[in-house]
Amino acid sequence: MTDSLLSVEDLHTQFDTEDGTVQAVDGVSFDVEAGETVCLVGESGSGKTVACESITKLIPRPPGKITGGSVNFDGEDLTELSGKALRAYRGGRIGHVFQNPQGALDPVYTVGDQLIEAIQLHRDVPKSAARERAVELLDRVGIGDVSERIDDYPHQFSGGMKQRVVIAMALACDPDLLIADEPTTALDVTIQAQVLRLLDDLQDERGMAMLFVTHDLGVVAEIADRVVVMYAGKVMETGDVYQVFENPSHPYTRALLDCLPGRGRALETIGGTLPDPTGPPDGCRFHPRCPHAVSECETGDQPDFEDVGGEHDVSCVLHDETHDLPNAMEADDD
Amino acid sequence: MTENARIGGEGGERDAVLAVRNLEKHYPVRSGLLRRVTGHVKAVDGVSFDVREGETVGLVGESGCGKSTTATSLLRLEEPTGGDVYFDGEDITEYDEDAQKEFRRRAQMVFQDPNSAFDPRMTVGESVAEPLGIHGLRDQDRQRKIVKDILERVGLSASDADRYPHEFSGGQKQRIALARALILNPDLLVADEPVSALDVSVQAEVLSLLDDLQQELGLSMLLISHDLGVVRQVCDRVGVMYLGELVEMAPMEELFANPQHPYTEALLASIPDPDPRQRGGAIELTGDVPDPSNPPSGCSFHPRCPRVVPPGDYDFPEGSFREVLDFRLAVESDDIDDDLSTAADVREAYDIPAALPDGDADAVLSAAIEDVLAGDTESAAERLSDAFSTVCEREAPGLAETDAGHPAACHLHGVASQHAPPELTSDD
Repeated sequence: MTDSLLSVEDLHTQFDTEDGTVQAVDGVSFDVEAGETVCLVGESGSGKTVACESITKLIPRPPGKITGGSVNFDGEDLTELSGKALRAYRGGRIGHVFQNPQGALDPVYTVGDQLIEAIQLHRDVPKSAARERAVELLDRVGIGDVSERIDDYPHQFSGGMKQRVVIAMALACDPDLLIADEPTTALDVTIQAQVLRLLDDLQDERGMAMLFVTHDLGVVAEIADRVVVMYAGKVMETGDVYQVFENPSHPYTRALLDCLPGRGRALETIGGTLPDPTGPPDGCRFHPRCPHAVSECETGDQPDFEDVGGEHDVSCVLHDETHDLPNAMEADDD
Repeated sequence: MTENARIGGEGGERDAVLAVRNLEKHYPVRSGLLRRVTGHVKAVDGVSFDVREGETVGLVGESGCGKSTTATSLLRLEEPTGGDVYFDGEDITEYDEDAQKEFRRRAQMVFQDPNSAFDPRMTVGESVAEPLGIHGLRDQDRQRKIVKDILERVGLSASDADRYPHEFSGGQKQRIALARALILNPDLLVADEPVSALDVSVQAEVLSLLDDLQQELGLSMLLISHDLGVVRQVCDRVGVMYLGELVEMAPMEELFANPQHPYTEALLASIPDPDPRQRGGAIELTGDVPDPSNPPSGCSFHPRCPRVVPPGDYDFPEGSFREVLDFRLAVESDDIDDDLSTAADVREAYDIPAALPDGDADAVLSAAIEDVLAGDTESAAERLSDAFSTVCEREAPGLAETDAGHPAACHLHGVASQHAPPELTSDD
């Protein structure tokens, strides 16, 4: 699809470590259309953060390196850009919100100064105009008493308030795409609900697209239009949020949904751990932990995507025409 | 000793392994050149509950509500500033050194972050065996045998004893921490956010392990978590804390099915529902947890409560008083936006309807809005606070029995609340 706002294709990002090369992102493709919310889901170590940091080349280099694929943003391949051209996108047309608001703010500058810096970096406006804009932004994200609080330092804000400041900063230049990496994981549930609502409202207001990284399927159900499930550097399943939740077709997605706490007393567990990133298994990356694995899962590459209806794609041999679905999976498959 | 006798005397409480009564932990706030004490942060302010034999009790609440301080104070890892803690009927604050050491053996704790819970230079076996040595079992061979046993019990292999903590994943480290806590065969396990540093898939594993071990060993457990989903998985009874106080205590299923405190309601509604067709069900709480060194008057939840009790003199339909109170609080703190130029704008900004159903109330409100528009916020504030004051800001509700059969601290449940003694043993 050429009209996507962001189109990540066959992205490969690797890190050189003492134990060998880690393919953190190994051939990942997904699109984000203008105005939609795409969620990247997976356990820690599945490569979701590296995938979204690769978009604006935020990965530290060395040891990290993008070794293949392309990231097309509005017709331009960001992997080809460097230096100044790239900075126009970072924080300009693409905003970032990170997991830990504490680490995203400089403790020795007031939040106002940091916002003004972000605005002036991308726009040629006098300081007074930038300050006005900063007040407007802070007010929009729900910081009360802005005229007083704008000159406060980050430590004078609570965690939820800090995350609001970081969101204001990411919005400073009216981005077309907001990349939010676990923005609510460090927050309490009540504050999480506030921040999710805020992001949703802002998105409606500005028609901005959002790439949201999280490990919490509850949050995904709350905000996503489409879902990309990652495991060990590969995409396992992608589809519309309703399709993925109501007809999870990859055993990994199913397992993730089953281990959500609070759905009755009996708790399903996945068992096992993510494979060693320096030497991932052949075949489907999930086969050592998969309850439905067959011999074909153990050889070759990650299976090709099979379309299981609509734009719902699954990388699992069981959905290949030559296989009968095992009973356990078929039962739920409408 | 009357308190002690009462605990032994009442049938429902006889089998309480742990009985906490009015526990308080106040930290002094010092300021100025001489570091004088200028106030107190009431981290835990009069918390009472029981943990019975073989029971798992959960404590939930937002960060800063005092749940972790409750745990550390009741184990005397920090000295409580008030209240009593009875362990097996004995007051732990009166323990001498030997009794204290025995208590330390019988009550164990698991912490949130498994990465900082181990000495990186000790093998896992050494770390897990350390409590054995402290409590008198110094025979290396026997220590080794017990360690291997317990490691297998928590789902690791005996050979893991010779490896170092960094070789394990977060979930495995939490299992090791659990092994170390259980090696002395304790009666009470206090687990402070044992899974919040772990991935969902690993959380599920550790929680089901906790549940299994608890049933196998007949442990009593106090589980502290901010995540109601986690609590629901393993707890029999749950206490909800807000700003140092227990606001509701109920059997787990009942708390989820029939919450009696508006805060519990809001907490439950904030859990993201893993069903994409059920979006936007959250009751939104305005604002953050208040500053504990300067808590609000009356019920400490009233500035955020969506169901704050309206004044008796006027007729407010259910749930419509919150907006008016928000307006009043904004006027009192002189925080009204200068851009608002007409009465309609002001009403819209605070989500107040064009006319309140009660004519008298609307007259007061209209007059106050006029004052605000004329720039006289002081008399507006006076007008509003005279007319619209709520019982929630005047009186602190005590924990009292509700119609649902479990106690909650909220003015919505009758006015006699402050006279009823805290009765914390709900029937099950």
